[in-house]
Amino acid sequence: MTYQDLLLQISKENDKLLVMTAENRAAIRGLPQEIGDKFVDVGIAEQTMIGAAAGLALRGRVPLVHALATFLTLRAFEFIRTDVGIANLPVKVIGGVPGFLSDGNGPTHQAIEDISLMRGIPNMKVFCPADEEELVQGMKLIIDDPAPWYVRYNAMKPCVEHKAPVELGKAEVLSEGYDVALLVYGFLLKEAQVAKELLEKEGLSVRLVNVRTLKPIDGEVILKAARETRLLVTVEDHFLTGGLFSILSELLVHEQTKVNVLPIALKEKWFKPALLPNVLQHEGFTGAQLATTIMNYVKDAQHSVL
Amino acid sequence: MDSEKQKELEALALRVREHIIKMSTDGGCFIGASLSCADLIVYLYKEVLNVTPATVKDENRDYLLLSKGHDVPALYGTLAELEFFPKERLKNHLKTTDSIYWHPNTQIPGIEFHSGSLGHLLSVSIGIAMDIKLKKASNKVYVILGDGELNEGSVWESCQVAAAKKLDNLVAIVDRNEFQANIRTEELSPLEPIEKKFEAFGWTTKRVAGHDFQALEEGFAKLPLEEGKPTVVIADTVRGKGLPSIEKRADRWFVNFTHEEIKSLLEELHGGSTTELKSKALHVR
Repeated sequence: MTYQDLLLQISKENDKLLVMTAENRAAIRGLPQEIGDKFVDVGIAEQTMIGAAAGLALRGRVPLVHALATFLTLRAFEFIRTDVGIANLPVKVIGGVPGFLSDGNGPTHQAIEDISLMRGIPNMKVFCPADEEELVQGMKLIIDDPAPWYVRYNAMKPCVEHKAPVELGKAEVLSEGYDVALLVYGFLLKEAQVAKELLEKEGLSVRLVNVRTLKPIDGEVILKAARETRLLVTVEDHFLTGGLFSILSELLVHEQTKVNVLPIALKEKWFKPALLPNVLQHEGFTGAQLATTIMNYVKDAQHSVL
Repeated sequence: MDSEKQKELEALALRVREHIIKMSTDGGCFIGASLSCADLIVYLYKEVLNVTPATVKDENRDYLLLSKGHDVPALYGTLAELEFFPKERLKNHLKTTDSIYWHPNTQIPGIEFHSGSLGHLLSVSIGIAMDIKLKKASNKVYVILGDGELNEGSVWESCQVAAAKKLDNLVAIVDRNEFQANIRTEELSPLEPIEKKFEAFGWTTKRVAGHDFQALEEGFAKLPLEEGKPTVVIADTVRGKGLPSIEKRADRWFVNFTHEEIKSLLEELHGGSTTELKSKALHVR
């Protein structure tokens, strides 16, 4: 089932659902003719869209707002924080082409601080699906959840064989392992899976964790990985500040747990705009490059991982 | 409007102004803007809005949203006078035991949404108006904007959307007191001609004298002014209206008076002599 099919199906069952967009129809192009006045395009007006979504939610609607992740979370940030966040309204903020998915657009379009911003808002929750299968499963739950949600939209083809259905607040453990734990979210799960296989060929036992919801975070699974493995690696197409590495650090300090952590993220820089495979290559995020980065860290005696 | 009705409204507005003055001590409040829109708020609640303490959660009620926010003492005073909540609560202004502070919040019965950051509630009003349209209901959404607030780009973004969606159940009211926080609007960033700006954005407009109940009656007599279009009523008002010692003074925006000054201001409101104000004005913004 595609994301659009899901919205079409839910629109027929759920009278409260409204699909809104700031003239960004890529994911929902087929809906206007199908759902009529349940589809609202406000034009290129992200702030007004969020404010209007808050007003609609006050009247009992569940608005799903769509625009590019960067314009939603940055241009309309104060509207999300002030109108949706303070009132704790069930507005679902769906950010398109987040992270590396903005490929050739350039820094203006690179939503790589979106998780940091959204998770900083009280009541706001954050879902980062690895593929369309997870997106669809998660959206069903998120639409019924009374909280505001930020969804890092990703409708790529399923990238791995999932072991568990999406549960909000739960991570998926794709493999057990006791040397290295790879913590990853979004489409990079596919690259992490490749890295895992390469690391296993080097003789390492690798735990692969698909984090899925970054807020609330699955502390149980992550702290278990911290206890049971020798190295935690976070892999994310987000600034180092405020994303999974920060979340992990907060968790570890809170639990007073000292472990080896290797963060792989965008460190104080925007990424080189290009087609996605070339971006991954240039920034060092292909599965093979991830494996090399991790092996180099592991072999470096000063980290005394092994 | 018959003279009895007018007297009733004037008496109510006077009581609301007393509440505003009493809130301008022990921490203070934004007195200038509160006094400029007191008559507007009183008129809307008494004569226009289909909402009472009993129907405050009714889905067919009319909505009033206060977008400029800092004029909330006028709303507190009006809602208390109309028994949306007990008047005694007004004494809790700025106390942590209650939620009566410098900007609106929904802990206060009758207050539809919080504000404080300018340029937000026209967009929220659009959402409410859209849902009313979807439900084919006939209630209306009124939103009070400050004239200084029109500096915010999001107001004009929302103006386009409201016109595009043909929200003729939406009525914006501009409290045109000609001042923003520290300075006259026309000195800082001229707003006139306001009607032409709104008209160019697809709205219908009406300009009224904002302290004259006869004029307000005419201004709000028939809404929408034009089917298929949102309406804006531009109400010409005076900042600090009712207190000559404060009227049209840029330095009397946010104030925190002494108890003696409050006593004197209450007398001034009732026709007593002009108060000599010594309290320094505070500029919060």
